[in-house]
Parts: sequence; C-alpha cells; structure tokens
Amino acid sequence: MIDRRLILNIDWVLFGLAVAVCLLGILNIYSATTPYKIVGMAYYTKQCYWMLAGITISLVVCSLDYHILENFSYWLYGFLLFLLLAVLIIGKRSMGATRWLNLGFINIQPSELMKLVIIVTFARFFNNFQSVGGLTVKEVLLPLTLLFLPAALIMKQPDLGTAALVIFIALSMILYVGLRWSTIVTFIGVTIPMAVVSWSYLLRPYQKNRVLDFLDPERSKLGSGYHIIQSKIAVGSGGFWGKGFIKGTQSQLRFLPEQHTDFAFSVFAEEWGFAGCLFLIILYISLVLWGLNIARRCNDRFGALLAVGVTAMLFWHIVINMGMVTGLFPVVGVPLPFFSYGGTSMITSMVGIGLLQNISMRRFMF
Amino acid sequence: MKERRFVRELVESKHRILMLSFVVGFVFLLLLIRLWHLQILNADDYQAMSENNRLRFVPVAASRGTIMDRTGAILVNNRPSFSLAVIPQEVKDRETLLTLLSGLLGLDRADMAERWEKNEGRAKYYPIVLASNISRDHVEIIEENRLRLPGIEIEMKPVREYSSKQLAAHLLGYIGEISEKEMGLPGFDEYNPGDYIGKNGIERALEKELHGNDGGRQLEVDARGRVLRTVSESFPTVGNSVILTIDGAIQKQAERAFGEQAGAAVAMDVRTGEILAFVSNPGFDPSLFSGKLPADIWKGYLEDKRHPLENKALSGQYPPGSTYKMITALAGLQDNTINESTTVNCTGSYDLGSSTFKCWNKKGHGSTNLRKSLRESCDVYYYQLGEKLGVNKLAAAATSFRLGTPLGVELLNERSGLIPTAEWKLKRFGKRWFHGETLPVSIGQGAVLLTPIQLASMISTIANEGTIYRPHLVKKIVDADGKTLKETKAEILGTTSFSKEAFRAVKQGLLAVVNEPGGTGAAARQYDVKVAGKTGTSQVVKLHDSKMGTPYQYRDHALFVAFAPFDDPEIAVAVVVEHGEHGGTSAAPIAGKIIRAYLDGKKAPRKNMGGISSDGTDDENSDDEKESPNMKKPPVDGAAVHD
Repeated sequence: MIDRRLILNIDWVLFGLAVAVCLLGILNIYSATTPYKIVGMAYYTKQCYWMLAGITISLVVCSLDYHILENFSYWLYGFLLFLLLAVLIIGKRSMGATRWLNLGFINIQPSELMKLVIIVTFARFFNNFQSVGGLTVKEVLLPLTLLFLPAALIMKQPDLGTAALVIFIALSMILYVGLRWSTIVTFIGVTIPMAVVSWSYLLRPYQKNRVLDFLDPERSKLGSGYHIIQSKIAVGSGGFWGKGFIKGTQSQLRFLPEQHTDFAFSVFAEEWGFAGCLFLIILYISLVLWGLNIARRCNDRFGALLAVGVTAMLFWHIVINMGMVTGLFPVVGVPLPFFSYGGTSMITSMVGIGLLQNISMRRFMF
Repeated sequence: MKERRFVRELVESKHRILMLSFVVGFVFLLLLIRLWHLQILNADDYQAMSENNRLRFVPVAASRGTIMDRTGAILVNNRPSFSLAVIPQEVKDRETLLTLLSGLLGLDRADMAERWEKNEGRAKYYPIVLASNISRDHVEIIEENRLRLPGIEIEMKPVREYSSKQLAAHLLGYIGEISEKEMGLPGFDEYNPGDYIGKNGIERALEKELHGNDGGRQLEVDARGRVLRTVSESFPTVGNSVILTIDGAIQKQAERAFGEQAGAAVAMDVRTGEILAFVSNPGFDPSLFSGKLPADIWKGYLEDKRHPLENKALSGQYPPGSTYKMITALAGLQDNTINESTTVNCTGSYDLGSSTFKCWNKKGHGSTNLRKSLRESCDVYYYQLGEKLGVNKLAAAATSFRLGTPLGVELLNERSGLIPTAEWKLKRFGKRWFHGETLPVSIGQGAVLLTPIQLASMISTIANEGTIYRPHLVKKIVDADGKTLKETKAEILGTTSFSKEAFRAVKQGLLAVVNEPGGTGAAARQYDVKVAGKTGTSQVVKLHDSKMGTPYQYRDHALFVAFAPFDDPEIAVAVVVEHGEHGGTSAAPIAGKIIRAYLDGKKAPRKNMGGISSDGTDDENSDDEKESPNMKKPPVDGAAVHD
C-alpha cells in the first residue's frame, strides 16, 4: 500500500516542528518534576516513551490513505456518541467528574477521541455539501446538531475544556467552509441569550467559580483564583531571560498547580523567560501555519477540511492553554500539545500530526 | 457546470485559508503581547511577588545594653525568660502532645490548646507560644524529654531586669512594645511592630545606643510553608551599655531620705556638671511596665495624689521661693545698689503704693545687712532691692545663670522654667508690667518657675563662682566588650557676669544659713565639712491661714539648695519637697543626708559590687500617704511668704 513516492514526499517540516516541541517539553517536564517525590519511572522518561509511541501511531495513521476515513466517518461518530453515553452511565468517577471508561484492559477518555471524530465527521459532511457564497442559516442547522449532541454529553461529565475545544474545532471548520453575513448575525443573535441561559442553569458552581475567578483572580486568593495568581507570578517573574533551568522558584517550591501537565508552560516561562517563550511560540506558529499550508496545497476538499480541522485542534489547544496560564482565560484543564506531560494528549496530537502528514504526502496523488 | 462550481469553491477556500492564517497570526500576536506585559513590563512586580512567596523573615531581637551607675554597679540588666513553643509542621498528633505536656509540666491543657487554636491560621513553620515565662525546672524537664516531644521548642527571650527594684525608676525609665505613633517618628524607620523600645527616661533617651542591631534569618519555604533552608542569617549585635554619672549609693540614700514625701532632688558635681543623684519621689516599679501592668496597680498609681509616675526632677517646675534671693542679691551687688554692709530696716512689712508686702517674720528683722538677709531670709530686704533694680535687671541676672531655658540634660522633654520680664508679660497676657509685681519676683515668687535641675545648676554655679556646666547623666557609652565608645566631657555652657567678690559675699550668707545661730538651714549641717545653702518656701495658694490644719494640697512646697565643702565645693544639691511647708525642716535634712552620703562615699571608696541592694522600705504605706489629698502645682502669685 505504501508507495515509494510517498516516502519521498514525507513532510519533514511537520515532523521536525512537532518533535522539536516534544523535546522542549521533555526538558521542561524534567525540571517541573524535580521537586516531586518520584515512585517508579521518572515523568520525563515516561514522556519519552509516550513521544515514541505517538510517533509510531502517527506513522501508522499516515500509512493508510485518509480517504478511507470518509467511508466510515459517520459510523465513528455514532460509536463515539454511544461511548459518551456509556461514560455517563458506567464511567469512572474521579475529582468531581466522570470522564473515563474502563474497557477492562485500558481506560479510555471518549471525549478526547471526540475531538478527532468531530473533525472527520465535519469533513465528510462538508465534502458532500457544496455551497457558494457561504452557508445559510438553514444549511448550518444540521452540522450544528451534529456538534450539539457530543458537546452536550461532554459538558454533562462535566468537562468544560474539552467541550469548548470540540465546539471551537467545529466552528473553525464551519468558518473555513464559509458563512453568509446573515448567518453570522443570526448566530450571534441566538448565542447571547443562550449564554445567559447556560450561565443561569447549565454551568456547575465550580465552573462558574472558575469563570468568576478569572474575571477577578483576587476574589479568592486561596481558592481557585490562587492557581491563576501563582501562574501569573511564575510567568511574570521569569522576566526576559528567565531564572534558569531548574531554578524557577515558583515551580521548584511547588507554588504552581499541575505544573508538569496543564501548567507546564508557566514552568517554562519562569525558567526561560520571554526569550524562551518567544522561541516556543515561533515553533507553534510555524506548526499551525504549516498545517494551514497543507490544507491550502491539498487539492481535494475532504483532505483540506481534515487538515483545517486538525490544525484548528492544535491551535485551540495552544491558545486556550497559554491564555489560561497567563491569566487571560479561566482554568479549564486543557494541555499544551506535545509539551504538557500526558499520554492521552500526546497520542491525540500525534494522531493529528499523522493525519496532516497523510494529507501532505498524498497531495500529488490527484 | 458542476466543474465550474468546484473550481470556484476551491479558489474561495484557498482565499479563506489565507484569512485563517492572518487570524492565527493575530491571536499569537495577542499572546505575545500578554507575555510581554507580564514578563517585561511588570517583571519587577512579579519578581517581588515570587520572592515574597518563597522567603520568610524571622527576626531575632538583639539583647539590650545594660545601664550602670558611675561605679559600674548594674542598675538595669537582662534576664532570660523562657517560653514553651510548638512548631506545628513538626507535630503529628496534637492531642497526644498536649496531654503529654500537661502531664509532665502540670500546665493547664485547655489554656495551651486555646493558644494553639488561636494561631492556627499562621504559617506552619512559625512557632506558637503555648506557655510563657516558664520556670527553669520546666525547661529541664522538657530538655530531658526532648525525644518524646517533637516540635516542642524552648524560646529564650531577654527580659529587662531592674537590679535595685524601684531605684531611680524615673531616671531609668522602662521599655515596651513600639506604638504606631512611635513607628512614625523620624529615626524609627527600621523598627517593626512588636519591637521593644525605651518608653521614657534613659531607656528612651539612649534607645539608639541600648537597642543594638536586631538580626534575623531569611528562610526559604515551599508552597505548604515548610522551611527548606536558611537563605541568609544575620546575628543580632548586643546594644551598647550606658554608664551613668549617678552614684547608686547616693541615689539610694536620697530616695530613702524622702520617705513617703513627694518631691525631687538633684545632686550635681560642681566641677563637671555630672549628676550624682536624680530623684523623683515616690517611685514606681519599672519591671511592671515591660509586661502587662496589673489593673489594680495601674489604678493605684493614677489615684495616688503624689503622682508617682511623674518625673518631678525633670518636668516639675516650682517657684524657687527664697532660694532665688541669691540671684537678686547678685544682681544688686553687680549694680552697686547694695554692698556687703548696706543695711535695711525690716519692720515686718514693706509698703509700695497702696499695697503692703509682708515679711515672713511679722515682728521684723530690724537692721539687716546682706549676710543677715540671707541667713534669716528677710523678705523686706529683697523687696527694697528688687524695687530699685526692676524686673528686667532681675531677669538679666537669672538669664546670666542660664535659667529659663533647658540646660540640655540627656532626657527628653526637659522643661525650661520661667523667668518673667516686662516683655514676657506683654506678650503672654497683653498687659504691661506693674512695678508692684517685681517685688514677689525678687523673692522667687510671682511667675518665676525653676526645675529641680535648674535649681541644682544655680547653686552649683554659685558654688564654683560663675561657671555653668551642662548637667549630664551619661558618663560613658561602652560596647559589649567594655570598650569605651563615647565619654562625656564636662561642657561649659557659659560663665556669669558677676564678680568673684559678689559671689563670695553671697556665699558667706549661705554659709551662715547653715552654720550660724538663727540660720534657717541648720538641719543640713555636717560635723566634718562646712555646708552652705539656702532654704525656700514656695507658696501654693495666695491666701491661706498658716495654721497647722492646712490641707495637704494647699501646703507650701519646701525647697533647699546647698553645696559642700564650703572652701572647695564639690557637690551641689537641690531638694524640693512638695507640700513640705518649710524648707528648713523638710527639705534641708534631705539635702543634708545626700551630702552625707557623698562624703561617706568619698571616705571609703566603694568597690564595684555588681549591684545595689534595695531594702524595699519604699513599699510600705504610711498613714500619712492615705491622707494625702490631691495636689497640684497651681500658679503661684503673690505676696509674703514665711520662711
């Protein structure tokens, strides 16, 4: 199945950027977990293995032609909806939320997979849906329904961060397909009252607290606002050149929450300063723009939609995480792709890279 | 048709990719601006916050310097006070620990538990005091059981100890926690809330020397408040010690001489201005003030009509009464209005215009010269002299003695006294000076006010014939190793304008006061050394019948100033007995005892005995005191005074 031409067409820029961020991430995890009491394998070693596993999976993903996804994308969507329902009924509860599903041999997080499946589903949907001059309100209703079902189930877990990501990814794809101005206006007209309603009835108190803390972190210095304040202190105190590797006081003295996962970037910002952040952000910008470039170069609509979706997924992860760490967004537990410690995030992101690679190296096939 | 739509769609979608790229770039730009805002614009603030997060400062107070008398005997020292403290982060089971402690030491368990809970909110590395001022036995028991008591610490804090109880309480002063107002004073920037500072007396005046430099440890703590390491440590440096000019033995005799009477005494070295005794009676117990003063004792101090908390030697201002006649006499001699042989016939009163000014002796003193006028304290002699001189010449003589201004003793809030002039009255009351007002001033009444320090300086200047030394209390400042840092040299504030002959004439009169028959100051006489002095009585209220039944607060103040030995003066003494009525009977004996103590000390020089014992007689209350009604120092204005 693998053509010799395909190997020649491997997108080294894409791989290079992803692996570069991974390596920086491992370096940072090494520092972030120095103050931890480690039992068994060190976090950075584990992350190395996750990276290798991720690269392997991405190779597997890019070896199969992405067009076969088109055929069973709706099946995937249906299966995932079923899993999300199952989570709510028989899922594993931890830390006030039900997110995991025990399949006997492995624990999976269906909401995580939904990020990828929504991309495939929307790509399939819009591939067969030609619209000139943008989507009308009527045309946008069906995709919004496709989005609403999983988003609502994820929010019910509750997992505000992932729900927001699924919604942002889908909306980014809709935006790529194009909207009429009338649709945008109607959309805004409907969302605002909906936001008011969800604030009053749907959001859990802890979610509301996080939003309120974000708006005014001083509100509870020792409550959830504490995380934002401490993270901002870590980032800000890094200054231009940073405090140096394993010399960040905020992280080494454990003032930061979740510092090897969601708040890994504040550790990096503290130790490497603005200079380090600029370097990392340049890597990420390059990665995202390269993803969009793959979409632009792709000559079939399904592939382009898929590439836009995957790029949007990476983009929103980066923006939400960095925004959270720097106190721009509420604390919503979104990891930084390739950078935060964690197998799930690494695998999901690497599958995304695999898809992009898949599309990139088959661009001459048509 | 379908092909064309497809192509158009493709072009449009490529266009939208470009737009999305711009959006992506813009969003990342926003993120970079945010980072720039945090890491570059506000980096200093956040760096300070992160330092504040990780560093904790635990101060270690410096040990205060000691205060000694001129012989090196310790007047104020530090004594270690032990308290039992717990470091919460090191304790696993609070209940067991408390039970164990109360079992071992017999301390109240509920009390300790309450103190612990009260301080629960503080960082876990910060010691909580469970019991303060525990005994040495308790300290030993804890040391023996160290291993069974994890997290328990003995804290040692120096506490001020007054070796001689109430001795020189006003002079020494006491210490207390710094107040908010004091923190705002210049020179107190480096003090922190909770620091102890001198509140008054020498403790306050020499705070900068005595305090020492506080040390402290800068600790690095983690997010849970656990101490990880000591970042930096500075050791406290002990404060410097102050050696006073005071002679403990003289001070003690002087205080004892007062007994239950209220008043002040200042004894000064005529040749240097060193203050040998500085008494304000009754005293108080300064050790009570460094802790929490018991309410009943505080109430007792406030209600005592003798005002034990007031430093009468420093801030009491009294009409000098007849002691002031030496100034009037000098003014007359200098002006050539009188000489030694000028006589005045005293008939018991003196008429000026429509007013009659009485002499204290209604029968009159008859023909009176200068010597007799001083010896018998004839008022009429000075009425006549004062009338001839006028108020401004009298004031000039007093000013020549530096009276009417603070003399610069080290203590804070020294008062200036008052020497009235015509100009002063116009300024103060907007009225011109009447000639008749000069007469009371010439005998030390009217508006004239002097402090005990000024009285001592005045007689000292008479004794040394014209040199005004700055009265001072601090002899030396030494560091912890005993090395002299500063030594006070005798400082001459000025010399008077009077001739030696004038001084000698007056001094002859003062010698007669103590040593000749008819002299008013015989009670100060010594068997071995010639003492010269002058009695004084200052009127408290203008009109009263001088029967024995005058209530305490209306009785006159009694004064006596003296110096000795006559031929080669060394010590000058000023004594004020509030409401003591007669200078000769209540003030002169005290002055005599002070001079006696000085002379005895000279005969058998004392070794440094490391402390001056107190026999505690001051604590007894006599019936006399209970009768003591309210006493104030009302403005004295007036006519005749008996003396």
